[in-house]
Amino acid sequence: MSTGLARFTANLRAIPRSFATSFYRSGTPRTDRSRSSFVFSSLFLHFHSVRVHRWALRWSTTLGLGVISISAFLITLVTGILLMFYYKPYPSAAYDSIKDIHFVVPTGQFIRNIHRWAAQIMVVAVILHMARAFYTAAYRAPREFNWVMGMGLLVLTLGLSFTGYLLPWDQLAYWAITIGSNIAQSPRELTDALGITSWFDVGGLQKLLLLGSEDIGEEALIRFYLLHVMILPLLLTALVGVHFWRVRKDGGLARPADADRRLGPPPPGTYPVFTEAPARTYHLAAVVAGKSPAVSRGPEQTVPAVPHLFYAEAGVFMLTVLICLALALVWDAPLKELANPAVPENPAKAPWYFLGLQELVSYSAFMGGMGIPAIVLLGLLLIPYLDRETAGTGEWFGGPGGRAVVLRSAFFGLAAVLLIEAFAIRFGWIRQWWPATPQIVITFLNPGTLLTAIYAAYSMWLVKRYDSTRAGALGLFTCFLAGFLVLTIVGTYFRGPNWDFYWSKAQWPAR
Amino acid sequence: MNTPAQASPAPVARRSRLDPELIPRRDFLGLAAIGSAFLALGFATLGMLRLPKAAVIPAPSRRFRVNLPESLAPGSPFVPPGRSVAVFRDEGGVFAISLICTHLGCIVKHVESGFDCPCHGSKFAADGGVTKGPAPKALAWLEVRKAGAGAYLVNEGKEVTPGTKEPA
Repeated sequence: MSTGLARFTANLRAIPRSFATSFYRSGTPRTDRSRSSFVFSSLFLHFHSVRVHRWALRWSTTLGLGVISISAFLITLVTGILLMFYYKPYPSAAYDSIKDIHFVVPTGQFIRNIHRWAAQIMVVAVILHMARAFYTAAYRAPREFNWVMGMGLLVLTLGLSFTGYLLPWDQLAYWAITIGSNIAQSPRELTDALGITSWFDVGGLQKLLLLGSEDIGEEALIRFYLLHVMILPLLLTALVGVHFWRVRKDGGLARPADADRRLGPPPPGTYPVFTEAPARTYHLAAVVAGKSPAVSRGPEQTVPAVPHLFYAEAGVFMLTVLICLALALVWDAPLKELANPAVPENPAKAPWYFLGLQELVSYSAFMGGMGIPAIVLLGLLLIPYLDRETAGTGEWFGGPGGRAVVLRSAFFGLAAVLLIEAFAIRFGWIRQWWPATPQIVITFLNPGTLLTAIYAAYSMWLVKRYDSTRAGALGLFTCFLAGFLVLTIVGTYFRGPNWDFYWSKAQWPAR
Repeated sequence: MNTPAQASPAPVARRSRLDPELIPRRDFLGLAAIGSAFLALGFATLGMLRLPKAAVIPAPSRRFRVNLPESLAPGSPFVPPGRSVAVFRDEGGVFAISLICTHLGCIVKHVESGFDCPCHGSKFAADGGVTKGPAPKALAWLEVRKAGAGAYLVNEGKEVTPGTKEPA
């Protein structure tokens, strides 16, 4: 017997085992050490830290919202690629290809439903995730920059939803994008009023860049398609990478300074901490100035990421998939008649998460569509740089005033938006009283700007009253959530043909 | 004996590591190199952004011909198929009003009082002036030129002062 051949057969038989070893690199993750190296020697897993604090694994810390967001994104990615097999981004073919997906392609409608539901869940989860990070004051140093990244992700998420809206090329799509692209053009409202449009036309340029033409046609469709399937997903993936990496680099999830004491000792069943001493320490060391997030913290309340964190993440992912599948089985994604540029939908409604904006836009296109959103976004971006306090970090509604401020602001925010809406619906606005009023007055003095000013003033009052920026931020954020909620509900349920107010759909006039 | 006075040479500024120049030569060159690299990158990006700014507008011609029916009554609109323009004829002549809402581009509908926009509730008078809602300005009046018996050329791309009518 040749020993060469024997070695060959032995190697052949050992392939499953040796492949697995080459894959894991550190053997099966069974000990603390191999678990650690399982995480940090994998490109995809090393976004996680090797050990996580027990505080981060509590349900109430995150409600799993970040993982729900990324899960929904992954679902849209997979279903989106599947839809791309059949979708043709050309006006004469787009609608037909969606119909094919709907009625001919096996499981086509189901996949499209999942895509749509996952997109909706992503929008909701991203907004709630932002609210979670805000209310637990998780944006504070050293996590300020990650909050900024989060704002970028929010904008990209909304952009992805909006660009996806045009692709079916039905009536719903066509008129929602007509409104959207004219919002991009709305700075003209301001430049017209100042009389400078002829040489400084930002609005026209924005619309031209978005549509590639003056009307919505093949150029607009291909641009929206490119943004939807390529540019925005790539940007979002890159930002998500930075976002995750920063979570680890900023010391994991935010937790109160006395989290260790509050948690108490781990329950006896918890996977033991440090079952074996590290076999060797790193020999590379450098003395650098500055403070690491891990300074003066022992490894005591931490558990290995394998399996605790990964089980939790996998669980939330499965739950998200389950919810998407269930919703997709029950409710179909809508498809209206073929786009008709001569007859607008009546009422023409944007996707629900933009209906709050549409309500504002029905007072002033520029302020409602661009001015107020820009102010809100800027305000959100600046929060971590204005609130340099430390009290209440990592706690729900932490900070001066706390729950009481949130409750009171919710009440105030709701009351203010309801009163202003009721007034504008009942009595109209400046144009009806004095039709000759110049537009610039209405641009700066309308229910939307008034509401923003009232909220801002209320928040400043809270800052003074509690002597704390955090209290003001809590109030402002709560007010804006309340305003967003009410405006969205009014836009969704109480606006009918000609954007008139109706108590219910049953009262809509027959056409 | 006095030694001839020597012209003392101007003291050369010998800077040391502990007393560096304000911007050392090497740093200056390095900064200049990095600066020009970023500048080049910036200009290249601007150049690339020229591409998506559509130079050719692939829209159908904005000028079109209409033949008004003999029976067209004053005050009732004639909407040429595929166009968002209402053409009217009265004693003063023929005129055209754009049906594109000045608010967010929906197509307004002709009603008794003038025009209504279905999207955000703007209302316009019969001459296009805003009477209600968020529209920032009046509906545009478009240029109309006579082109033979009963035929007119309408130019959607050219606005005229409201009230301008082409003699029938």
